[in-house]
Amino acid sequence: MNSYTPVIGLEIHVELKTKSKIFCQCSADYFGKVPNTNTCPVCLGMPGALPVPNRTAIEWTIKIGQALGCTINKHSKFDRKHYYYPDLPKGYQISQYDEPFAVSGNLMGFGITRVHLEEDTGKLTHAGDDTLVDFNRSSVPLVEIVTEPDFDSVEDVKAFLEELHTIIKYLDVSDANMEEGSMRIEPNISLSVIADKAERMKHLPNYKVEVKNINSFNFAKKAIEYELIRQAGILDAGKTPAQETRGYNEDKKITYSQRSKEEAQDYRYFPEPDIPPIELTDKEIADIKATLPELPAAKRERFMKDFGLKENEVKILVGDRSIADYYESVFSKIKLNRASSDIENIEKLTASAIVNKRISINQSLDEFTEQFIEVYKPVEVDEDKLSSVIASIIENNPKQVEQYKSGKTGLMGFFIGQVMKEMKGQADPQALQKLIIEKLS
Amino acid sequence: MEIFGKSLTELKALLDEKKISAKEVFSYFSSRGKKYNEDLNAYLTFIDDKPKGSDPSLALFGLPLAVKDNFCTKDIRTTASAKVLDDFIPQYESTVTRKLKEAGAVFLGKTNMDAWAHGSSTETSDYGPTKNPWDTTRAPGGSSGGTAAAVSAYLAPGGIGSETAGSIRQPASWCGIVGLKPTYGRVSRYGVIAMGSSFDCPGPMTQTVEDAAFLLQTIVGKDPYDATTSETKVPEYSKQMKEKRKLRFGLPEEYMKGLDAEVEKKILESVAVLEKMGHSIKKVSLLDPKYSISVYTILQRAEVSSNLARYDGVRFGNGRSAFGKEAKRRMMLGTYTLSHGYYDAFYKKAQKIKTLIINDLQRVFLDVDLIMAAPTPMTALKLGEFEKYPFFGETMDILNEAAAVAGTPAISVPCGLDKNGLPVGLQFMGNYFDEGLLLNAAYQFEQETNFFDVIKMGREKYK
Repeated sequence: MNSYTPVIGLEIHVELKTKSKIFCQCSADYFGKVPNTNTCPVCLGMPGALPVPNRTAIEWTIKIGQALGCTINKHSKFDRKHYYYPDLPKGYQISQYDEPFAVSGNLMGFGITRVHLEEDTGKLTHAGDDTLVDFNRSSVPLVEIVTEPDFDSVEDVKAFLEELHTIIKYLDVSDANMEEGSMRIEPNISLSVIADKAERMKHLPNYKVEVKNINSFNFAKKAIEYELIRQAGILDAGKTPAQETRGYNEDKKITYSQRSKEEAQDYRYFPEPDIPPIELTDKEIADIKATLPELPAAKRERFMKDFGLKENEVKILVGDRSIADYYESVFSKIKLNRASSDIENIEKLTASAIVNKRISINQSLDEFTEQFIEVYKPVEVDEDKLSSVIASIIENNPKQVEQYKSGKTGLMGFFIGQVMKEMKGQADPQALQKLIIEKLS
Repeated sequence: MEIFGKSLTELKALLDEKKISAKEVFSYFSSRGKKYNEDLNAYLTFIDDKPKGSDPSLALFGLPLAVKDNFCTKDIRTTASAKVLDDFIPQYESTVTRKLKEAGAVFLGKTNMDAWAHGSSTETSDYGPTKNPWDTTRAPGGSSGGTAAAVSAYLAPGGIGSETAGSIRQPASWCGIVGLKPTYGRVSRYGVIAMGSSFDCPGPMTQTVEDAAFLLQTIVGKDPYDATTSETKVPEYSKQMKEKRKLRFGLPEEYMKGLDAEVEKKILESVAVLEKMGHSIKKVSLLDPKYSISVYTILQRAEVSSNLARYDGVRFGNGRSAFGKEAKRRMMLGTYTLSHGYYDAFYKKAQKIKTLIINDLQRVFLDVDLIMAAPTPMTALKLGEFEKYPFFGETMDILNEAAAVAGTPAISVPCGLDKNGLPVGLQFMGNYFDEGLLLNAAYQFEQETNFFDVIKMGREKYK
């Protein structure tokens, strides 16, 4: 049994949620519509119809590229990619070949090869002996993100995909819904015998298996895991796995062969003559960049640095832009409220309240603020009464005191509970703990 | 009121003065079309598009036109003369025909053409060849041969064709009428069944230069449905046409080689006419037109193979077996040049030479206003001759391809008859967006010569 290192690269397709399709004025929101009702001569590829690119789709593609640290090409163009399939009405897909909008990026240390824009295809439904075509999805803008084969573990792939998903949601350019197919993942997987990373990248394995039809992060993980075991078995037997495209069957949790290299297609790319090349000025690129929101990584760092939040807290808060925005708005609001003046660490307490679901964020900022102040406002404590209550609790529970002193520190909760009961909740549990320890020592 | 021989402009005047009605005009041409179509096969589909109460103040009110069958016309069969689209009824209107209709024009019918516009004789049509009205044993040229024949025999007072390389100018020349190919991007391609997408260009085919200017004015302009249309301001063509000016013409030696002796003679006579009118003629040198043939053939075939990919048998009712021989040949050659390993050698290299051709023309336009040449090396050939040439269209259009490749405008007008009594054409080529200048030169030549009565003689036979 040899030891292998996985060599994994990713292709991720993200459907943009622009108002209209990429080359015509049909709605880009096709989901759940009656088949072939969301079409026009352009997205049906009718004779003589011409594509006119959607400016917003181009800008959003560039935005994704910028968020992934890519260089934006000042000169780019669309190309025709030819293949026959009944869901492809023109016999070619308008995509980008050698001059994509964005190249050479990096996310979490993993290289981004390119980010390009293309049109989605229609959808086939197999019903008995018939195959039905629905062109509602035809020409919906689709962004393809391609990574370098930089991943050597499934965990890294999963973490990367989750981060990418968060970024796409932050940019507000796609629903990025895996189940509905607005985000699709195609990992390409092989195994290398070279342990050293630099060497491994220089001498990539002589085969590559691409897996399609994956519609959740979990399935992506499982499909890759399955492939790694399958390929190791073949390599152990002294053979090379076939270069091919495989599908993933989520019920059986296996991958299966779809198309081998022998059937690999020559796409006969050439520049799309119907769309002039796209030239961008430095200013236009900078203007798009200026619309980027604060990205999750930066936000996490700021929340930790500025508000002293813990890693697990920022993970939850920043994971969803709407929660992060709510968090920042609501603690600002709380701070402005006079009643909060004697509450310390409002940022931390707010984070904790949200993360631990102590206070619901499904309410207005005012309602949250009100509730927050109610929960965290320091109570007016009658110090004398508290002191005598503690004394009497200690006196009336000699058995527990003895056990506590012999090391059963878990009994602290019992003492606090007893005191709180006597005080009818009018005490700060943390301060109380300090006082009890003092009295017991 | 005698309608025969009236130009669009003249008919418009009669309609404006209410000397004739739009209905009269329509039924006049409609019945002429039906009467002579058996002989000429100019129309594939007749349209009973009787003018119905449209606004008489519209520019083209009541003017009937012949439209090439590669323009999508809503609810009207559109085949591009290809059996694959035998029963195709477009659900939308091309920009050019929409603009014409909105300006009040009515359509007499859809005209025959080479199937998919592949050819220069209208003989590759899946619906049989159109006959040249001057001699029905001869081809009308192509691919806009149906429109050319219809206008030449006065089955329509004017019409619309389209060019990829020569498909307006060459049939205009062979049928003895006026044909204008505008700058690429000046007229929208939306709804024109694509042949070579980076060359395709709709344009007017008429009996007079003024009519060409008139129709051009209606169809030009930026179109939100065609990303390759230009924002360049549209001038007033009839005004530019009538400006009194002396022009500098360049006569490229390379374009005089290989001409039929009769054609050469007529071109030189035209040179003399222009000189006598006070214009200057200067010998210039251009890249040998043979380079344009190679560049054009490679780029056009590549685009053809791609543009025809959608007719895969899934839709449109007829499968790939319905394609004719020429279309199949073009698809195979185009597929080959785009294939992995050949792209650089063919397509990419052709793109580079395209740039050289553009630069070459730009260099000459520094010295002259317009370039003049024959639009085609010979006059109308006998039907069937095209089979003898492996690249018939390209050879016939050798003198048209530079402007097609560069995307510059050009016009073909009659300049006499050869010894067989067949019309000879004269071509003016202009720089980008110089349609006004082309019309000016052609108009001056027309004023001076009345095109040697060629247009009049052409229709006389069909009186």
